[in-house]
Amino acid sequence: MTLPRATELPIGAVVTEPGSTRRYSTAGWRTLKPVIHDDKCVRCQLCWLYCPEGTIAEVRGVFKVGGRSYDVKYEIIYDHCKGCGICANECPTKAIEMVPEAP
Amino acid sequence: MQIQKTRKIEALTSNYAVAYAVKAADVDVIAVYPITPQTTIVEKLSEFVANGELNAELIHVESEHSALSAVVGASAAGARVFTATSSQGLELAHEVLHIASGMRLPIVMAVPTRAVSAPISIHNDYGDVMNARDVGWVIYIAASAQEVYDTVIQAYRLAERALLPVIVAYDGFLMSHTVEPVELNDEEEVRKFLPRTPRPYTLNPRRPVTMGPLTSPDWYYEFKYQQVLALQEAYKIAKDVDAEYSRAFGRGYGVVEAYRMEDADYAIVTYGGTAYGNAKAAADLARERGIAAGVVRIRLYRPFPTADVLKAISGVKALAVLDRAIMFGGPAEGPLYRDLATAMYMSGLDKPAVNVIHGIGQRTMYVEDLYKIYTMLREGPRKEAVFMGVRI
Repeated sequence: MTLPRATELPIGAVVTEPGSTRRYSTAGWRTLKPVIHDDKCVRCQLCWLYCPEGTIAEVRGVFKVGGRSYDVKYEIIYDHCKGCGICANECPTKAIEMVPEAP
Repeated sequence: MQIQKTRKIEALTSNYAVAYAVKAADVDVIAVYPITPQTTIVEKLSEFVANGELNAELIHVESEHSALSAVVGASAAGARVFTATSSQGLELAHEVLHIASGMRLPIVMAVPTRAVSAPISIHNDYGDVMNARDVGWVIYIAASAQEVYDTVIQAYRLAERALLPVIVAYDGFLMSHTVEPVELNDEEEVRKFLPRTPRPYTLNPRRPVTMGPLTSPDWYYEFKYQQVLALQEAYKIAKDVDAEYSRAFGRGYGVVEAYRMEDADYAIVTYGGTAYGNAKAAADLARERGIAAGVVRIRLYRPFPTADVLKAISGVKALAVLDRAIMFGGPAEGPLYRDLATAMYMSGLDKPAVNVIHGIGQRTMYVEDLYKIYTMLREGPRKEAVFMGVRI
């Protein structure tokens, strides 16, 4: 991706478009990424609660895992996850694994 | 520009001259916190606002950090703003100096200069403003109450055109509290000289923007480079503004003032009140005693007027660079000396130049002391700095 030059950017670092942060990937410095093993997940919501960046999405639906059925599942938004590992640390069933990023 | 010149001369201190210039510029927001020797500026402005002579919002804040923060906010919203500080107040506001220049806000701030603690001194030197010389602000150092008045008005025009904050500095007490005749412009004419031009971005609910956002390593450097370009451009704008002001009001200064430099062999290069009075008197005295002496005064200190200074000193045999501030532990102790040495080195100009530190904490320098600098220059080159007037 080619980024704009100094002379092409708004003077004084003004962000001219409201809500543009949604398009701003802040995951560039991640070295380990969390991967959720859905079969071990008991839907306790702790990862969602503890994530300091709000990068864990709670998805509604009907999800059958093994012999059980859930109405919710958790997914990582990798555009904003910085790989801090708090979710994996907090997960009581070790359902989240920190995996090295592909170089 | 059509001018209708009405001569109105008042006896003013430089601080009051600032207040009159700010009133003429019709500012919208003033943030005030008293610190010696700046206090009488905002006292006078409070009086103007209280009497209904100036329609501005005057905010009483709890510190200089808050004063500058308040005008940062007001300026971001599009207001024409003013604040003033000195010494420790400028140091306390230092963090916000970077924010103001990084956000490219056209703030004008008066700084009657004062020595920095410790030990505490309320008296004059330029230690405070020299600590703020590399933060992306334009810095003028004026040398008379008249010039202070004219420079504050010029500062608004420069700030709003270059989108840069501007400091107007001058000697604390020696100028801030001494009375001189000042010719005041017609306020309507000043307002014509300072039209309210819309800025590219201001805080506006109908057109929401974010100012001063977080940047990652992919972006920060580019914005800092924008500031480099802006300061380079400000050099040219400052000269244009001075020429326009001169055409409109009949008084101009240039960015560098050269006194008796046409045929000078020996020059004193300095800034502030010393350069206006005593150094010129010393040059006259030296000429009476057979030394071709001259004075170069730096009026625009940031951006550094390299080309104009070098042109002014190109014919001399030797020069003394007088600093009224100490930068501890550097390759030379005086900030102006370091700037000038760098400028000379980069242009290949090789002149013997000695650094003279003087007037620290308002230690008095007489005309005879300054005259001795010319005789010292004539005796031959010396490398080590001279700490004039200190008891060693």
